[in-house]
Amino acid sequence: MESRATRFGLGAWATLVILFLWLPLVLICVYAFNPSNIQSWPIPGLSTKWFRAAWHDQEARDALVLSLKAAALATSAALVLGTAAAAAVTRFRFFGRNGVTFLLILPLALPGVVTGIALNSFFGQNPVHHLTPSLWTIAIGHATFCIVIVYNNVAARLRRTQTSLTEASMDLGADGLQTFRYVTFPVISTALVAGALLAFALSFDEVIVTTFTAGAQNTLPIWILGNLRLGQQLPQVNVVVFFVIVMTVLPVTIAQRLTRDTGILRRR
Amino acid sequence: MSSPAIDAGRPPWAARRRLSAALWRRPWLKGLLLLLPPLGWMAVFYLAALAVLFTSAFWSVDAFTGKLTHVWTLTNFHAIFQDPTYRRIAFRTIAMAALVTLTDALIAFPFAYFMARIAPPRWRTVMFVLVLLPLWSSYLARIYAWRLILAHDGVLNWSLAKIGLPATNIAFTNTAMWIVFSYIWLPFMILPVYAALERIPDSYVEASRDLGAGGFTTLRRVILPLALPGVVAGSIFTFSLTLGDYITPSLVGNTDFIGNVVYRNVLGLTNNLPFAAAYATVPLVVMAAYLLLAKRSGAFEAL
Repeated sequence: MESRATRFGLGAWATLVILFLWLPLVLICVYAFNPSNIQSWPIPGLSTKWFRAAWHDQEARDALVLSLKAAALATSAALVLGTAAAAAVTRFRFFGRNGVTFLLILPLALPGVVTGIALNSFFGQNPVHHLTPSLWTIAIGHATFCIVIVYNNVAARLRRTQTSLTEASMDLGADGLQTFRYVTFPVISTALVAGALLAFALSFDEVIVTTFTAGAQNTLPIWILGNLRLGQQLPQVNVVVFFVIVMTVLPVTIAQRLTRDTGILRRR
Repeated sequence: MSSPAIDAGRPPWAARRRLSAALWRRPWLKGLLLLLPPLGWMAVFYLAALAVLFTSAFWSVDAFTGKLTHVWTLTNFHAIFQDPTYRRIAFRTIAMAALVTLTDALIAFPFAYFMARIAPPRWRTVMFVLVLLPLWSSYLARIYAWRLILAHDGVLNWSLAKIGLPATNIAFTNTAMWIVFSYIWLPFMILPVYAALERIPDSYVEASRDLGAGGFTTLRRVILPLALPGVVAGSIFTFSLTLGDYITPSLVGNTDFIGNVVYRNVLGLTNNLPFAAAYATVPLVVMAAYLLLAKRSGAFEAL
């Protein structure tokens, strides 16, 4: 329909945009192999010596462990809560049903600093019980914005599944738990895995809200941020950043394959 | 309903089955049980947190003791409106968010158009993944990459030297901030615009052509209006993410940004939570107004 010149022009534009998106990512991965501790271009050679240094960095290790724990806790909470919300919204009609989606997406749609300071003042200032910063405050913050990720994936899958399946199961004598175990769960399982992987990736990488809930603790992104600000240990930072890219890209690639049929894989 | 004595004679699944039947007969109860945990979580940890935030915006900090004074006052809001510095920072942040949104829309639209309406289906999947991965890959890594690119001895100046151009010095400027913001939020604009463009049936475009409209008229009067909800949906993210960021400004630009003022007042030396809370209502109010406008344009169906 479009003229050849238009098609060519748009194709060229698309290529440029892809390059724009990817060159910085490739570059940061190259820097991980920089043998020098001065971060200038071009790098003088290729070396894996900083990988060993980063691996033995105790602070980075502690930060990694905290990040993994927080992501695991947040993902578990998001799985349960997001699935329940998705089942309620897709299978039942009630007043304010659209409001549920809106409420769940709010922590991601509102500016991150607002969510962060809200949680910070809530943990420290609420009249009921003050929570000191801990693994739990980090995980609660992360879970709050991870719920919508699981919710989106599971809801999309449930919308495409007919309710007659569960009705048939009940007619054939299965109780609610058996129906969930043998009918609903197999249908939504890949959506659950995809949702969990995405929630994990989001939590593992989050920094804006986390700085407000972590207190003096270091998650991996906070460790990176601290070093970037002070310009310290940059060779180790390069390696850790390389690792974080892999840790976020892998789950997303797997999630994308798992949900290809439903075709929804949006962050929000 | 039945006594434990009767239950004892029944197989273990009987109670479960009765419960299951009871729930089946009362779907509202089942719905309620499903809905209660997630809504309870959001009410306690999010809505209550926002409420505490709003309340504390009306408190103040004792200048001598540094302790919170729980007395209602509008001092913080006065300070925000009266002090030219805070007005300027708010304006600067909002202007940057608007500029980034516009830039991303202009980059994303032709790209999404190619992806949705010209590229063969196989390319489409590949391109989708190529946009998706940067969106998810580490936020800090992508900012750091630009710090390295824009640094004085970075890739940009090296490339400029190669083609015989003078070196630039845009690290830690507004320009750097504009580039980096546009870069990190670009995928958030591309995906919804693509989704909106992909949904336009070919027959609409053909009908427009049959009725004598040229390519440009078709674009302006058929495709753009139908793609608008997608653009608005994307702009919610680019706008909100820019408004609420404080890390990008501190790493590649300068810290005259709403998020940085809030951060300094909560976690920095200033330690004035009430003022931070009051200042954080600025992006909140801006976003609320924006979301209401977006809702009217039907953007939420495009999310």
